[in-house]
Amino acid sequence: MPLLSLKNVSRSFGSTRAVADVSLDVEQGEFFGLLGPSGCGKTTTLRMIAGLEKPDSGTIQFQNADITNLPAERRGFGMVFQNYALFPHLNVFENVAFGLRARHASKAEMTKRVASALELVQLPGYGKRAVDELSGGQQQRVAIARAIAIQPALLLFDEPLSNLDVSLREETRSELRELVTRLGLTAVYVTHDQEEAYALCDRISVMVGGRLMQTGEPRELYEHPSDIAVARFLGRNNLIEAMRLSSSNTNEGEFKTLEGSHTLRLPIKHSELSPLNQPVFLAIRPEHVQIHTNGDSGTNSLRGNIREIVFAGATSTVRVDADGLLLEALVLQPDGLAVNQECTVVLPHDRLTLLQNQSG
Amino acid sequence: MKKRSAVLLVITLLVLLYGVIYPNLFVVGTSLQRDGGWTFANYREVLSQSIVLEAILNSIGLSVFTVLLCAIIGVPLAFLFERFDFPGRRVFAALAALPLVLPPLVGTVAFIFLYGETGILAHGIQNLFALETPPWSLQGWAALLFFHTYTMYPFFYVLTGAGLRRVDASLAEAARSLGASRSVVLRRVLLPQLTPSLIAAALLTFMTSMASFSAPLLFGGNVRVLTLEIFTARQRGDLVMAVTETVVLAIISLAALIFFQRYEGTRKFAAATMKGAPRRRAAIASGKTRVLATIIAIVFAILLVLPVATLVLVSFAREGSWTTQTLPSDYTFANYVRVFSEPLAAEVFVNSLSMSAIAAVAALLWSFCVVTLLVKPGRGRGRLFAKSWRRLLSLLVLIPWALPGTVVAVSVAEAYGRPGSLLGSFVLVGTFWILPAVYFLRFMPLVVRALQASMEQLDPALDEAAGSLGARAWQRFTRVTLPLVWPGAVAGTLLAFVIALGEYVASVLVFVPANRPISIAIASELRDFNLGAAAAYGVVLIVIISISMVVAGKLEKIRG
Repeated sequence: MPLLSLKNVSRSFGSTRAVADVSLDVEQGEFFGLLGPSGCGKTTTLRMIAGLEKPDSGTIQFQNADITNLPAERRGFGMVFQNYALFPHLNVFENVAFGLRARHASKAEMTKRVASALELVQLPGYGKRAVDELSGGQQQRVAIARAIAIQPALLLFDEPLSNLDVSLREETRSELRELVTRLGLTAVYVTHDQEEAYALCDRISVMVGGRLMQTGEPRELYEHPSDIAVARFLGRNNLIEAMRLSSSNTNEGEFKTLEGSHTLRLPIKHSELSPLNQPVFLAIRPEHVQIHTNGDSGTNSLRGNIREIVFAGATSTVRVDADGLLLEALVLQPDGLAVNQECTVVLPHDRLTLLQNQSG
Repeated sequence: MKKRSAVLLVITLLVLLYGVIYPNLFVVGTSLQRDGGWTFANYREVLSQSIVLEAILNSIGLSVFTVLLCAIIGVPLAFLFERFDFPGRRVFAALAALPLVLPPLVGTVAFIFLYGETGILAHGIQNLFALETPPWSLQGWAALLFFHTYTMYPFFYVLTGAGLRRVDASLAEAARSLGASRSVVLRRVLLPQLTPSLIAAALLTFMTSMASFSAPLLFGGNVRVLTLEIFTARQRGDLVMAVTETVVLAIISLAALIFFQRYEGTRKFAAATMKGAPRRRAAIASGKTRVLATIIAIVFAILLVLPVATLVLVSFAREGSWTTQTLPSDYTFANYVRVFSEPLAAEVFVNSLSMSAIAAVAALLWSFCVVTLLVKPGRGRGRLFAKSWRRLLSLLVLIPWALPGTVVAVSVAEAYGRPGSLLGSFVLVGTFWILPAVYFLRFMPLVVRALQASMEQLDPALDEAAGSLGARAWQRFTRVTLPLVWPGAVAGTLLAFVIALGEYVASVLVFVPANRPISIAIASELRDFNLGAAAAYGVVLIVIISISMVVAGKLEKIRG
């Protein structure tokens, strides 16, 4: 039984549909991510979970109780805001103690819990500081301490790391994950940064244009996006437009690319068979595209010509033109490759994904 | 709607009904009635009198010329002091807004002492050249325009300066890099961006000038303006005339407001929200220009301070020691001793302080009701009203500020001058409460504006964070909102308080002899030629105002 459950939740602002018919389940102890481009409705979804926004339709259940209309202050969820929303007129101690005061905790209890929360975020002894004396990273930690001090039933994060610089972001990221795991908390984490979501979350829902497109474990999303919008958002996919050939009735799907007229095979379930003679998209990650110069000619190997080699440190991107079909390959070392060189491009058939939703 | 909001709404609407809607409708209704029937006869009669038409034209003409003169003085000064650095700049900049906090009546009195035909300057020239008669008289158009320019140029100076600070320096640099000359940059880049500031300044100046009363009363000479006409019509008991002229004045003021705001709406720029550095002040290096700029700064600083200095000087003059001499010959503390120790004289301080304090505190409390309804709640909290209702509400709140004090006083006095439908047998006129009520109405928009600005600066995420931490609405208000907005709200309240302290225009129409405010005392001392006492009152008023403004400034800084 899921801890938190959204059922067909929708929310519009004026004529824009910010969130459309979103359903998702979050399990106890899970670190759940909501990932999507800006304006995709992920923050609105989080705010509805927090009780800061009311759905126009649909229900939100927590521990099997309907909390759709419960005001935020009665949900007992901790939330970490994008800009931290620390109270500027209160010092660090009072910020962290805020929720405890609202619960009329005893003085001893409050002192103890604030101290332990500050300890957990590695800011022991910072209680007397004014919040505007702190660095961005420290403010961030105070915001987290404030949210965990109330021993939240659910911890909500709204892009909490987006205001930190890159190195601090990665450091805070792993500490955050470690903290949530140690306290045994369940978290919902909103971000537009896919790398951050992959690193933090057990499961991720990708939202695009107010809709929830795909939910899965990070690796699953990365390697097998189900949908063209997801594939586009998750970036750096080779998207190949192709038609399924009528002759295929085996377990292998056979496709003809619109550009270059290459024949590609990939394993495909019968239930996922796309209609014949209609263009569909196939996707493959650039790091799975192989480039050979020795004239290999197995399954899914195409003749091509190297157009461009872009050196980017650890990896290099090689752009290949295979009779009009442009493909990108990520290689560790572009040794022996040169621009205008003839080569063979191999698209391993188990790395190719057929995208379901063709609307994108 | 929640119960709490409903209570706030009821309080807000009751105040607006009693204070704004009913009195104004009552005055309009009265002006449209004769012998129990509805008619335009009053207007036909009043508007056919040449003296009334002349007053209307004088009021509008005076205001238009005031706007032009204030712009001619204020805008270049703003450019000079905002964009360049030179010795003397700070001295002037610190004093520039002084006339804004000077009560008009006190300023008028100071002008008479300084520039009047028996004032220091005229006496000085007369004595120097042994003239038979004073070299000039402070009367008529020139005197009014001189005084108006002195008191109202800060609108242009302050708002243009603020506008210049907001202009992104890189825009001018971009224009220069595209080959535009300095004058083209000024005309095509800077001025268009300053338009909103200039329009706001023109509006404030026009409205203030339309409402001006003290100066036309004391040295308008044969220039009769509407506010004065209304006052004299009431004094001689011609209520129909007074009420009808009041409506005419109100219509002109509101028409100006709508005209300016409509124009302003067409010229709004998002410049303030863009990134970019404000331009640094350029030091004037060239010797001659530097000297010239410094001289300008010193001359204007002296011009600003002179009236106040004169007032201080005269407040120490022994009665009768200043007749034909340039300066008073004999100095004493007697005037201060008198205004503080004579029971009848000292009483006016208690009166003004208590009435202004009552009005200001009431305005503060009430503004919390209004602003809660006006300010767009956090994204998630359901909105209380549609936008159009909020706009109507803020318009109603602004009306008493937009209308001249004369109009507000006349409408309240007429509506509550006899037993009526809204107050039963209670008659407000003639009681202690009439002036606090009028002060409240006149100046509560200032407090509402200040509080609203503070509230809108508040990050809605703070309230949400408090909510997510379990704080109920009342806890969120007392523990998060209130501690963050009170400095701004109290600063606005202090401003309303000090303006009420020196209020004369409305006070003179409805004050009760047993409860005279300071301004009435000043006017009557002046009438009795107790110049020293009038000046002493003025100086004490200025001291109280200065202290309050310093405190308000400190509070503003807390907020920032």
